[in-house]
Amino acid sequence: MLEILISLFLLIGGIFALIGSIGLARMPDLFMRLHGPTKATTLGVGGILIASVLHFSNRGDGLSLHELLVTLFLFITAPISAYLIARAMLHLRGDKDA
Amino acid sequence: MNRLLPQPLFSLFLWLLWLLLVNSVAPGQVLLGAVLAVALPLLTARFWPDRPRLRHPLKLLRYIAVLLWDIGLANLTVARLILGPTKRLRPGFIHLPLDLEGDFAITLLASTISLTPGTVSSNLSADRKTLLIHALDVEDEAQVIAHIKQRYEAPLREIFE
Repeated sequence: MLEILISLFLLIGGIFALIGSIGLARMPDLFMRLHGPTKATTLGVGGILIASVLHFSNRGDGLSLHELLVTLFLFITAPISAYLIARAMLHLRGDKDA
Repeated sequence: MNRLLPQPLFSLFLWLLWLLLVNSVAPGQVLLGAVLAVALPLLTARFWPDRPRLRHPLKLLRYIAVLLWDIGLANLTVARLILGPTKRLRPGFIHLPLDLEGDFAITLLASTISLTPGTVSSNLSADRKTLLIHALDVEDEAQVIAHIKQRYEAPLREIFE
């Protein structure tokens, strides 16, 4: 039963990570390409991490929660890298407000 | 108390962060975490010239819950937009006039916008009054602005200002 649940989370995570990558490849311009990786991957990694918490908490070594930190750091860093890339692009285009 | 713990909530956060990092609540780790939680805010006090003041910690928890829910929705929305026909998308830039003033609050708002449906923050104007946002599919610019202001900016203002 637990294995089914873990596999389900792994699958969901994998699908969203894949969708994020498809977005990166498929969108026509740089700004639109940013959307896939900043969002779809947060749930992608999130799903895989939930599976990891479930798996390692059930091996008898007690609760395993440090996966939560990966999620936290991802939420902090993903918007910053997106912001930097977008800003660099605005700058290259010579936008006046960049 | 105030001199030893200039930022009590920051200390609490660091302490929990340490316990999660080592993934254990053994007494030694609890103690080491507590030492770090007191020492780090003292050592980094210079990096916080105007320290963000958290007025309503409980409202922050509520904000985080709303944010997590919206991130979930954002993933579904963006997945749908990515897999749908790209020609039908109406991408565009939106200028969001900011009412927030603190650096920390603006950073939180910009990150929130990047993590929620269809929008990525791209540039903060030099005078810190407008945030440039790129949206994947805009139907009505004014509506997007009103939504961000009411759902994210208003609670952040209440929490920090």
